Amino acid sequence: MPEHAASSAWPGELILAAVLLAVGGCYVAAVIRSRRRRPWPLGRTACWLLGLGAVYAGLAGSVAGAGGSAFAAHMAGHLLVGMVAPLLLVLAAPVTLALRSLAVVPARRLSALLRSRPVRFVAHPVTATVLNVGGLWVLYTTDLFVRMHANPFLAAAVNAHVLVAGYLFTASMIGRDPAPHRPGPAFRTVVLLVAFAGHGVLAKWIAAHPPAGVGAVQAELGAAVMYYGGDAVDVAILVILLAGWYRATAPGPRASAPSAGRWSPSAA
Amino acid sequence: MPSDRGAASAARPTTDAAPERARGRNLASGVLLGIGVAAFIDEAVFHQLLHWHHFYDRSTPDIGLVSDGIFHAFGWFATVGGLFLLADLSRRHSVQWMRWWGAVLLGSGGFQLFDGTVLHKAFGVHQIRYGVDLLPYDLVWNGVSVALIVAGALLLVRARRRGDA
Repeated sequence: MPEHAASSAWPGELILAAVLLAVGGCYVAAVIRSRRRRPWPLGRTACWLLGLGAVYAGLAGSVAGAGGSAFAAHMAGHLLVGMVAPLLLVLAAPVTLALRSLAVVPARRLSALLRSRPVRFVAHPVTATVLNVGGLWVLYTTDLFVRMHANPFLAAAVNAHVLVAGYLFTASMIGRDPAPHRPGPAFRTVVLLVAFAGHGVLAKWIAAHPPAGVGAVQAELGAAVMYYGGDAVDVAILVILLAGWYRATAPGPRASAPSAGRWSPSAA
Repeated sequence: MPSDRGAASAARPTTDAAPERARGRNLASGVLLGIGVAAFIDEAVFHQLLHWHHFYDRSTPDIGLVSDGIFHAFGWFATVGGLFLLADLSRRHSVQWMRWWGAVLLGSGGFQLFDGTVLHKAFGVHQIRYGVDLLPYDLVWNGVSVALIVAGALLLVRARRRGDA
């Protein structure tokens, strides 16, 4: 296990910090630009910045090599990168912000891209679930977990996959951004439950079959972190999803009912 | 008894779609919340507080892991979904409390009985407690389940007789 992989000297953390700062800066710049026309909720900007912070907190430790020696810490990092950060980033509605702040031509290109077949395919709840939970199954049931800790590039690719798949999954369930052709809430709820169960089963499977180099006690602790931490985020997604249904089915004049793409928790 | 029930249903003002729907939703909300509460008590009291149940019991077979994962997720859905349904009934002023409570008892008893028989015994997810004679625990567990089911069913029958007030 690369227990003492010189954590301070590794440039990965610096690159990561630079990329995240740039991404955060773009969002803030777009907010300032689009504010001239309509105000942008402060809560969304806060979600974006907190989400990027969660990515950093989740990766800074594991790129330094803590993953192998402390499995629970590795798991906590994954939870931050694959679940907490995506939830916060999705709630920040970055696509809506981009469409609002871009000039007409690039905004049109972006919306055409979002409606394109490949994007619609990966953004579908089922595809996103397979990428997200299926990816985790591949990570922990093959030797990918061991190889990832020996190869920093592979580790970076795995972490990027975890983040992107987590984002696609969360967005497919409760995205606030415009999502043409998104299946209805009942379908999404069922898929969410399948993903929820798949995550829990994998957590207990890891307790039963620790990855190579991880002791039984560490494996059980890490599995519990994954299980209960996953619960917390999945329940939050479930509440937001059903709150959308609750809002959309409000009795009374239909005129005030929010459109399918826009319902979501308090727009703050 | 049957004549009694017939009289009650005849006395009911109308049988159009809305009250029928409200009855079904009261039942669904109660049963879901009952399942959710039973699952939550199982997790909070027996796993976390008493540590009688284990997070992972080394002898758990794969079918146990899978069924545990599915029911765990479903328990959360039942809690959240049941509460949203109740909120929906409440904003439409159509909560029928007796029927709703009957359904809660029925749902929690039903889930507990399922947990105590199918999950614990047939799938071997985990046992109620370890290192003790299980028989009294199983009897109390499943006895409580049956009592909840009977109490819930009685409330539902009363609610039906009273004409869904």
